[in-house]
Amino acid sequence: MVFRRLSRWAVAVPVALVIAGLSGCGSEEPATSSASTAAAAGAKELNVFAAASLTGTFTELGRTFETAHPGTTVKFNFGSSATLAQQIVQGAPADVFAAASPATMKTVTDASPASAPTTFVRNKLEIAVPKDNPAKVDELKDLTDPTVKVALCAEQVPCGAAAVRALNAAGLKVTPVTLEQDVKATLTKVELGEVDAALVYTTDVIAAAGKVRGIDFPEADKAINDYPIATLSKAPAGDLAKQFVDLVLSQQGKDVLTTAGFEAP
Amino acid sequence: MTARPDTSRSGAAGRREVSARLPWMLVLPAVAGLAFLVLPLAGLLIRAPWPTLLRRLAEPQVLEALRLSLLCATSATAVCVLFGVPLAWLLARVEFPGRRVVRALVTVPLVLPPVVGGVALLLVLGRRGLIGQWLESAFGITLPFTTIGVIVAEAFVATPFLVISVEGALRAADRRFEEAAATLGASRWTVFRRVTLPLIMPGVVAGAVLCWARALGEFGATITFAGNFPGTTRTMPLAVYLALETEPEAAIVLSLVLLTVSVVILAGLRDRWVNSP
Repeated sequence: MVFRRLSRWAVAVPVALVIAGLSGCGSEEPATSSASTAAAAGAKELNVFAAASLTGTFTELGRTFETAHPGTTVKFNFGSSATLAQQIVQGAPADVFAAASPATMKTVTDASPASAPTTFVRNKLEIAVPKDNPAKVDELKDLTDPTVKVALCAEQVPCGAAAVRALNAAGLKVTPVTLEQDVKATLTKVELGEVDAALVYTTDVIAAAGKVRGIDFPEADKAINDYPIATLSKAPAGDLAKQFVDLVLSQQGKDVLTTAGFEAP
Repeated sequence: MTARPDTSRSGAAGRREVSARLPWMLVLPAVAGLAFLVLPLAGLLIRAPWPTLLRRLAEPQVLEALRLSLLCATSATAVCVLFGVPLAWLLARVEFPGRRVVRALVTVPLVLPPVVGGVALLLVLGRRGLIGQWLESAFGITLPFTTIGVIVAEAFVATPFLVISVEGALRAADRRFEEAAATLGASRWTVFRRVTLPLIMPGVVAGAVLCWARALGEFGATITFAGNFPGTTRTMPLAVYLALETEPEAAIVLSLVLLTVSVVILAGLRDRWVNSP
């Protein structure tokens, strides 16, 4: 009957496909990504994977780069450094990786060939509070008050790891109400007034100027995050990648980054 | 689904004729579509760290996330049934102006990106939200960052599944039973409780199960509205997302658990879901 006939195929074809898929997946895992890069075809395209906290500055530098290299498009993938690192390890086509911590950079350099990472900026934590500061927070110790709602980044992402270091350095124990998946999400909870305080980067407070207030605290010096940048050796746009890193490291790049609140390494 | 076999013919001749008419133009893309849906799941199974699976599953954080997921999804389903069944009844049985608009609104969460749902919930029920503000000042209740918040987020996303299923059942139910009961003197409430509800029970159950499965997988609205804290708001999907940042193997294990639960639920329900009116 038709059913039997159909069902034989319905089983056979997917099985064949699965087998084909399996045999492929073992051997060409790293290769699949480069094949999908249009840049390889000579279209001048540069893929830059950068930490979410670099969104503003790198977008600006990308525009500068495009002006200096007519015909080149810089494509950014901003996100949590840890996520980006995983994406690159899994074969995402990246020419340049700029991470918010040496640990996330190491994930990438351990797994795939890359240039030696250079630390290009450092970022410090600040306490961010809503403009009206309802919980009257003015120092790190105030975050230990159980009536103060605190948001931190999850420890798995660099801003969370930095927050843990800072709190340990201060010998304080804070019980946050939430551990957000990246620094922007953490800051948003402050902007919305859902939490009374959060630990985020100085640069994020500056970027959210007018919506939140930043409060410096001395222990932040113990939890400074180094931002490394590297070109990936398999980069389809190798020369461009190096030139982009040069721009970031140049005086012009430094100016853009320090204006945004980053510290020179 | 497929052409029924032609019963007027029998044997090889009939079979040949039918197979000749098999529309390959449809079957091939259908099979490709099936592979597209199934292959990623197969990938999950292939990459699973089988030797360490049990040990990973027994980790306290995993058990905690699983416990929280089950608790929240079940509570959310209870909320959905409590409010969704009357809502479905209203849509199916009562003529009122703007019913089409209401029905459209009820189904909005089905197509709305869950993150948007989370943002909307924050703006209304958050600490500074329209209602949330008042909840906090009057009762000292804040929903974000609490387990109740997770349940609210999940119920918001899952309710349409229940309403659609129950409304369909109500429309298909034979109204003569209700009319007969009414002519025998039963009140509207009694009719609903003793006649309508038993009639549509399969629809309610199917809707509730789907609702539960949807709530279990809810991610966007939860992380946006309720945040992410182990033991209070970190459900399985959130744990998967975070695990992916540093420990993809753990994420695969957690995903497998969710996948297993979903498949079991949907397989158990398939006829009811597919054939439900």
